[in-house]
Amino acid sequence: MRHVISAFRGISGRAAGALLLALLALAVASGAALAQGAGMVGAPVPWGMGLQQSGGPIKDAISSFNTLVFWIIVLITIFVFLLLAYVVWKFRAEVNPNPSRTSHNTLLEIAWTVVPVLILVVIAIPSFRLIYYQDRAVDADLTINVQGRQWYWHYGYPDNGNFTFDSYPVQTADLRAGQMRNLEVDNPLVIPVGSNVRILTTGQDVIHSFFVPSLGVQKYSIPGRTLEIWMRADRPGTFYGQCNQICGVNHWFMPIVVRAVPPAEFEAWTAQARTRFADGLPPGPPAALAAAAAPEILNVAEARR
Amino acid sequence: MATAAHDAQHDDHHDHKLSFAQRWLFSTNHKDIGTLYIGFSLFAAIIGIGLSLLMRIELQQPGMQIFADGQMWNSYVSAHGLIMVFFVIMPALIGGFGNWFVPLMIGAPDMAFPRMNNISFWLLVPAFLMLGATLFIPGGAGAGWTIYPPLSDETYHPGIAMDLALFALHLAGASSILGAANFITTIFNMRAPGMTLHKMPLFVWSLLVTAFLLLLAVPVLAGVITMLITDRNFGTAFFDPAGGGDPVLFQHLFWFFGHPEVYIMILPAFGIISHVVSTFSRKPVFGYLGMAYAMVAIGVVGFIVWAHHMYTSGMEVDTRAYFMAATMVIAVPTGIKIFSWIATMWGGSLTLNTPMLFAIGFIFLFTVGGVTGVVLANAGITQILHNTYYVVGHFHYVLSLGAVFGIYCGVYYWIGKMTGRQYPELLGKIHFWLTFVGVNLTFFPMHFLGNQGMPRRYPDYPDAFAGWNLVVSLGSYISVASFVMFFYVMWVTMTKGEKIGANPWGEGATTLEWQVSSPPPFHSFDELPRIR
Repeated sequence: MRHVISAFRGISGRAAGALLLALLALAVASGAALAQGAGMVGAPVPWGMGLQQSGGPIKDAISSFNTLVFWIIVLITIFVFLLLAYVVWKFRAEVNPNPSRTSHNTLLEIAWTVVPVLILVVIAIPSFRLIYYQDRAVDADLTINVQGRQWYWHYGYPDNGNFTFDSYPVQTADLRAGQMRNLEVDNPLVIPVGSNVRILTTGQDVIHSFFVPSLGVQKYSIPGRTLEIWMRADRPGTFYGQCNQICGVNHWFMPIVVRAVPPAEFEAWTAQARTRFADGLPPGPPAALAAAAAPEILNVAEARR
Repeated sequence: MATAAHDAQHDDHHDHKLSFAQRWLFSTNHKDIGTLYIGFSLFAAIIGIGLSLLMRIELQQPGMQIFADGQMWNSYVSAHGLIMVFFVIMPALIGGFGNWFVPLMIGAPDMAFPRMNNISFWLLVPAFLMLGATLFIPGGAGAGWTIYPPLSDETYHPGIAMDLALFALHLAGASSILGAANFITTIFNMRAPGMTLHKMPLFVWSLLVTAFLLLLAVPVLAGVITMLITDRNFGTAFFDPAGGGDPVLFQHLFWFFGHPEVYIMILPAFGIISHVVSTFSRKPVFGYLGMAYAMVAIGVVGFIVWAHHMYTSGMEVDTRAYFMAATMVIAVPTGIKIFSWIATMWGGSLTLNTPMLFAIGFIFLFTVGGVTGVVLANAGITQILHNTYYVVGHFHYVLSLGAVFGIYCGVYYWIGKMTGRQYPELLGKIHFWLTFVGVNLTFFPMHFLGNQGMPRRYPDYPDAFAGWNLVVSLGSYISVASFVMFFYVMWVTMTKGEKIGANPWGEGATTLEWQVSSPPPFHSFDELPRIR
């Protein structure tokens, strides 16, 4: 709804065209969303035990590799447990009063050195493949700049009109029905489904970490450095993450929301985002957030700049 | 040994000659200093575990409960980490058991530098007071135990709390370096005639390797926090990009210390477990040389894996590949140790006294912590597990269930030797099972939370994490109850414990400390023992 209002502000023929396009795209998208049930939600679930659901190929690759490693470590743990249980039962003093004096067995010692090495090789080969796959986008369709700031995210779209905007968390009191506490933001990061998105993280104040588990990405945002990573959403949906490097008083309250939308809708969104965020619209922190921060910390922030 | 019995009659008048201050403040006796370390560690544990109890009360349900804000939370989390590492685990294992039993086991009259030993201990006390003080200073020192700049810079942590914490680390580090030099000198020069390096008990081997790790790693910590102190107070810019510095440099230097540090905490526990398993199986340690050199290997490799803590800091992919491979290599010597302990038990004649229960518990739980370490070694998976509760679960399995089980194991094994009174067996066993259930309930569900993406150092979390967090908190209350029970068991031991002779454990206990009286005389050996 807010998108529509902001589109009305820049009242030119072009903006009206963009508005129409946006409405059309929204209509198409919502039809599609209805068809597949509002798109995927990449978020933690109550009593969840495994990795989050996958929204894209990187997370798919992590999940399948994780499954391999998981079963290997489960087997090793069961093996060690059974061995322990067996010796504790079989060699208790009541049934085995005379201990053996064996303290060497070269074959055995070689075996328990070589077998772990072999298991590690089995793990290492797919593991290397995975990190080189995750490393950077080979053919990036677009680049997004991500900057962690105390305590919100700042996003830039250099390939789509070079607009930037801030993404602030939504206070609990302002949540709408069905929204998740501590996870929602006012302006989500929007990406087109099926596109390889190059993410460049930079830092401004302290180190933060851009972390979206369901898309399989995490990278620190470090002052003085630009780091690269990539992600792709294969299905439309909303993918949630949180800042994952201790960054001060509100470290726990700077969520990340990535919305993956069909390419047409993405074009419409960038068109209206160019207008909307060009207006100098994104204001400072919402009043509620400013009030939540401790006063002495605010003073520090003011003194700094 | 006849000399030992003779000494026991002697020793009373030695004790009486010393005033309280002479014996406990100016102490130069390795056993008294060891006792001071253990007492100090217990006191610090009350604070450190108390902090974790507050943290679990806060996290028991979503929303802010008892903490004023995130900064207060951050400073408590940081203090918990630093206290448990520097003032609980290290003093108990290295200063406490190391001082008590390294000279006894190698047949030395005392440590090589008794007065340096004294200052090593007394440096810890002001360090602990300074660190504790940060909790009462507005703002606190809330940058995590890893104190990464820029968050730990004066811009984001103005005020004296962070400086106090850094200076506390300096003092604790100086204490460790002096202690390490003392252990190395003692072990290399003061072994009884006939005790070659390859006949040395494994606990002494573990302390030797630990001392070398301390000597090489802690000066790097001292350097990096000095750079941070000058960044904060004297206008340098080692870690400030605005002045040409680099925050990632800090991470490299910190973890060059920090990774050996985690082996510093676990290696002495390895030593204790070897002795206990051998004693209660009534069998010599299986593959003694393999066990000793596995520890050396862990120590050496421990220095070249540090950047596996920094997979998301933007290292080049080839560098990550190297650190991944090197990290996985550590699983090999660790596996050798696990299997050798089991092989020591194989064919033995096992009695499941409390120390043995803790040792078996250690072997299993350290395996669990070890295999989750193999998962985390893979940078590909760590891309979404880094800094989550999976990591918190992993390192508490190897430290809280590894190093702490090692400490409990050592206490029950040696309390009779140290005090002359044996612990009550039934209470000891109840304490073990209470601890075992409590810590597993606390730390196992953390892996689920981490898989689901719960970041660490959060005082409040999305509602989906509420279920497992409640379980974790309940587990931590059981763990705290078991810690309280430990004090009760110790009190019963000191007041009503059965008086014991030199060797309560029988033929399985072969090391030299079991040949002197319990407690050992003030001067352990009037004549140097000879090792055949």
